[in-house]
Amino acid sequence: MIKVQEEDFSLTDEITFLKKRCNNIGALSTFIGIVRDKREDEKLVSMTLEHYPGMTEKMLNKINTEALSRWDLLDTTIIHRYGKLLPGEQIVLVITASKHRKEAIESCHFIIDWLKTKGPFWKYEKTVDKGFWVDAKSQDLDEELKWNN
Amino acid sequence: MKVLYFSWIKDKLGKSHEEIQVSDNIKTINDLITLLKQNNENYKDVFKDTSSIKVSINMETAKFEDSINDNDEVAFFPPMTGG
Repeated sequence: MIKVQEEDFSLTDEITFLKKRCNNIGALSTFIGIVRDKREDEKLVSMTLEHYPGMTEKMLNKINTEALSRWDLLDTTIIHRYGKLLPGEQIVLVITASKHRKEAIESCHFIIDWLKTKGPFWKYEKTVDKGFWVDAKSQDLDEELKWNN
Repeated sequence: MKVLYFSWIKDKLGKSHEEIQVSDNIKTINDLITLLKQNNENYKDVFKDTSSIKVSINMETAKFEDSINDNDEVAFFPPMTGG
């Protein structure tokens, strides 16, 4: 299940929904990305996530399909928020469900690594007196490339 | 052709999208960039170093040498920062 939305999400609710959708789950792995409260040493006021409607859904579907082809999964949930978020707010949720732990843990890690560099989102961070578009990190690209081996 | 801009590219150009009339000699993304750079200094500045820019055609990631036609939707944006 893939959602791109402005509103917040509840991990508990999403786990409940996922468990209703499939049987025989032996392992669930979850990842939540959260807005940090600092930009380097400065206090962060807000982070606004811009995205490319249409392409976002397309790319998230591709990432999900890739995970399903690489691991034996029972189901997945990917929720990515956009719009203005405050420090401490949730940005992204990934849940992967499988019969055994290895598939759930690895695929969850894979999905968030690919989301970092393939999800068409751009972050604008505001401190008290300045605003910055966040640069992509070369480390994130390295993490993505690791999954090609 | 519909052309979209995101992030700092949108800010620099002062617009999120525009319709471009393309002639038959615009065959690739590189050709489109050459055409756009003729608009003004802001475009020249945005496209002066394309190694810092990504492009998509019809919402699929693309390369600068890829072919385009008048019905395509092209978008320019910096490397993505999802998650």
